[in-house]
Amino acid sequence: MILRVINGLLLQHGEFVREDLWVQDGKVVNPRDLFFATKAQADVVVDAQGNMIAPGFIDVQLNGCFGVDFSSSHSNDIEDGIAKVRRALLKQGVTGFCPTIITSSPERYHDILPKMKKADGGDAGAAVLGVHLEGPFINPDKKGAHPKHLIQPLEAGMASIETTYGPDLSNVAIVTLAPELEHAPRVIQDLRKRGIVVSLGHTHATLEQAERGMLMGASSITHLFNAMTAFHHRDPGIIGLLPYGGEGRYRFFYGLIVDGLHTHDASMRLAYANHPEGCVLITDATQAMGLPPGEHHLGDMAVVLDHNHRLTLKGTDTLAGSAVSMDVCVRRFSTFAGAARAVEAASLRPAQLLNIEERKGHLHYGADADFVILSHDLHVLCTYIGGKLQWAASATFPPTRTTSK
Amino acid sequence: MFGTWRRGSTPLPTYRHLIKLHKAGKVSFKHVVTFNMDEYCGLPRDHPESYHSFMWENLFKHIDIVPENVHILDGNAPDLEKECAEYEKKIEAVGGIELFLAGIGPDGHIAFNEPGSSLTSRTRIKTLAYDTILANARFFGDDIDKVPHMALTVGVGTVMDAREVVLLVTGAHKSYALHKAIEDGINHMWTCSCLQNHPRALIVCDEDATLELKVKTVKYFKGLMKVMVERECGGDLDDTTVIAPSSQSKTAATS
Repeated sequence: MILRVINGLLLQHGEFVREDLWVQDGKVVNPRDLFFATKAQADVVVDAQGNMIAPGFIDVQLNGCFGVDFSSSHSNDIEDGIAKVRRALLKQGVTGFCPTIITSSPERYHDILPKMKKADGGDAGAAVLGVHLEGPFINPDKKGAHPKHLIQPLEAGMASIETTYGPDLSNVAIVTLAPELEHAPRVIQDLRKRGIVVSLGHTHATLEQAERGMLMGASSITHLFNAMTAFHHRDPGIIGLLPYGGEGRYRFFYGLIVDGLHTHDASMRLAYANHPEGCVLITDATQAMGLPPGEHHLGDMAVVLDHNHRLTLKGTDTLAGSAVSMDVCVRRFSTFAGAARAVEAASLRPAQLLNIEERKGHLHYGADADFVILSHDLHVLCTYIGGKLQWAASATFPPTRTTSK
Repeated sequence: MFGTWRRGSTPLPTYRHLIKLHKAGKVSFKHVVTFNMDEYCGLPRDHPESYHSFMWENLFKHIDIVPENVHILDGNAPDLEKECAEYEKKIEAVGGIELFLAGIGPDGHIAFNEPGSSLTSRTRIKTLAYDTILANARFFGDDIDKVPHMALTVGVGTVMDAREVVLLVTGAHKSYALHKAIEDGINHMWTCSCLQNHPRALIVCDEDATLELKVKTVKYFKGLMKVMVERECGGDLDDTTVIAPSSQSKTAATS
């Protein structure tokens, strides 16, 4: 089956260009090869009506949404929770994500991790790209919202990892840990060898400790600025890595929550100006994301969600986690970085972070045809996975016709 | 059947106009068969300077032409002579070329029929003239070594077999070639002059291209055009429609 999307502005190689998108068997293909080599024509033609065609968004840090919280799930409900989230994310343009578990007990990891399998995107919804394990090997002084009593040292190196998470790490994509912990450099190296991305976060690391982490194979900083030592001009800490990001000494990415609440816009600009290629938009959203504004009970917490995605403990001004969706992040970020860069920070960059850029995060020839059609103000109009329409905001868009031959 | 010409900047306005007509729903290419005049040897099909690339980017991807109806010589065929012979057969099989739409080089070449080509030549392998290689170097990073030195091209005889030929000549640098094409005798050193013997040949040119012509010649052809326009178009013909109606009616008429 060959699909052709016409009349769109296609994001290809960093620019929106007037080109058609051609998809064959779920992959983006070079139409010139189809034309000259296989003499093939499109079976289905989709009219984008002048809108923008962009790769689907990838969220590498999602704690839950639509009332689902991965970390508090049990083995009997985690699969249902993930299934619900996979479908629900489509309307936000997300075609792949990393369900994230914050610091939990070893029993919880053993209980739910084996059931959080990687899954391709498709009729079931967005792809599950592997679990992001955020903790428990973090610095208690920078615990953020993580339960302090479950935070652990890395006293036995990789043995601590396997005892806590379980011996099978095949479902894991990312581990966030603090590089200043004893044995951390060795563990980073070992995780890297097993194909797991190590992200540094919830950390009090000095710049030297952070650099050592990067040299050992870490390749990311978890929610930059949040839960880490603040920048000081004589002791810059982990944030001091930023100016080295583009220099090739270490290739690393950093997650940014651009909801306007968790990261001040000035900080966002500071980070992006220093290392634009490393910027990965994350939502870090909690189960309140996707719920209607108003009062909610999350676990034993009473919270209030307002119309600006601001989630606070009821009766206080204390933030109770993020409730922003990826499409909102892309829109906010675009006002500063432009549409193309903003979309890349939500697609290409996270794919590079996860080392899956060979097939995801862009619409170059050969890539998986996971894409969204966006209005010019970057609202998601419809979402395709593997070249198949999986969600549309309207029943009449996009106009699609089957060609007669 | 519709022969289109080699790369150069001359055809682009024509292609753009055809695309505009197609997008406006006025012209369909569903039943048009095309043969391109030439292709470099040894250049990958995907090379940005191949004629495959040129035709795809500038015409084919914008219109509704059927891939099976598009013919371009394969400069990478294992047996180039066979490729050329089969090309002639394919042209014959669809009933010959209805319209050959061509440009010329400053040295008067038509397709890759460089000065000195036989006026009865058919589709064949051709070594490019040094002038042509120099002229094309700009498309290959100004490196002469990267410019292919051979090409496959239809022959002058192949062009002459078309039922109609339209030649586009634009710019002062082509004016001497235009002078040779119509004011001198038929000469294999100026292969475009062969059109003097063609029963239905039309040359479309701009003012700059007439710079080397005698005033008398230009006035003669302008007078001729005036008569033709009054007879065929009711006297209403502006600059932009000079090219379009002929190609449009031809493409629509072929099948």
